[in-house]
Amino acid sequence: MKTMQTNVVTPDGSVFSGETEMVSVKTQEGELGILPRHLPLVTPLTIGAIRIKKDSKVQLIAVSGGFMEVRPDEVNILAESAELPSNIDITRARAAKERAERRLAEARKENVDFKRAELALKRAINRLEVSENRM
Amino acid sequence: MASLKEIKTRISSTKKTKQITKAMEMVSAAKLNKAQNRAESFQPYTDKIREVVTSIAAGTEGVSHPMLEDRPEVKKTGYIVITSDRGLCGAYNSGLLRETMRLINKRHSSPDEYGIVVIGRVGRDFFKKRNMPIYQEITGLPDQPEYTDIKSIAATTVEMFEDELFDEVYVHYNHFVSAISQVVTEAKLLPLTDLGEEVENTEDSGESSEPAGNLDYIYEPDAGTILEQLLPHYAESLIFGALLDGKASEFGARMSAMRSATDNADNMIDDLTLSYNRARQAAITQEINEIVGGAAAQS
Repeated sequence: MKTMQTNVVTPDGSVFSGETEMVSVKTQEGELGILPRHLPLVTPLTIGAIRIKKDSKVQLIAVSGGFMEVRPDEVNILAESAELPSNIDITRARAAKERAERRLAEARKENVDFKRAELALKRAINRLEVSENRM
Repeated sequence: MASLKEIKTRISSTKKTKQITKAMEMVSAAKLNKAQNRAESFQPYTDKIREVVTSIAAGTEGVSHPMLEDRPEVKKTGYIVITSDRGLCGAYNSGLLRETMRLINKRHSSPDEYGIVVIGRVGRDFFKKRNMPIYQEITGLPDQPEYTDIKSIAATTVEMFEDELFDEVYVHYNHFVSAISQVVTEAKLLPLTDLGEEVENTEDSGESSEPAGNLDYIYEPDAGTILEQLLPHYAESLIFGALLDGKASEFGARMSAMRSATDNADNMIDDLTLSYNRARQAAITQEINEIVGGAAAQS
């Protein structure tokens, strides 16, 4: 089967690099699956999980925002943060989730804090889901 | 001449100091190594963003963004100054702060014309003491900072530019050349005017292995939206890059400062040992003289 070079890069270094058969991401418009020989494409990503299919095995990666650049034989994902399930600190993510939920309950009025807490909650939930392989 | 005991104490205290500076030198060398690796692993990230931004800017007609254009009138300039938290690193901070002061004094006549975003305790204390307008500050960054450590200050600075609080933003930091040489550098962060030039350059050279600008990308949802999200991202990553560069310089500077301190301690110990031996010899000679003199008087 045809493959494409896939790189997941964050400011703190590369998280994943290798030949893959399919990459599926969550963009702001919805889920998007990329196969080799896709047309060149640039799109922003939302907080969510990337699924990378390789030798019919699926690798999950939790990302928080960022971009994807697609070329016919190459996919580059630039994320602010990206973690493999094994690298996710579950206790920390749980604590972050609880904290965000508490803030959301308290700060219903103030817009800025609300949005921030909402994003934090999304990130925490995403991490937990990826770490438990529920996606 | 100082007494034997005094010299002895000085030698032993200098030896202890030397041990400390030696240890600090080695610690800095190890940290420098790590910092260099960090800076290297970060490079692909900026390169990629840059590539995408330039290809959007080059490939799409009529796409523009406030962050890409010079403002006709510059009312306020922002300076991001990256210093260290601790001293004992030679001229690392003093050289940088002197240059920043010189540029600010040259360009601006009143404190209303500029604002400072400072990273590091040394810089913060310096500007605070001089009552200069500090807009944001961050201290106590770890030795190997992560993107999240700097994210909020970087994002806020970029927002300040977007909100037209600042019309230009410069970064001042020590660029890492080698372990013994760091250069005070000023880099223009915003607006990102050099992107256009970069595009022309890549077209000129043309032989780069990846034809970055030539790919006809599909933009989803559209080029303008992507640019809007990508540019702040890019600016933030540039700040982070400067910070990593500055950290590497800090360890380089500290390493060489500590090395020369160790060398100086060595010299001092040599000198002191020499005068200690002289004093000891003199004391012995005197004692013999006294004995000989006493014996001569008795006979």
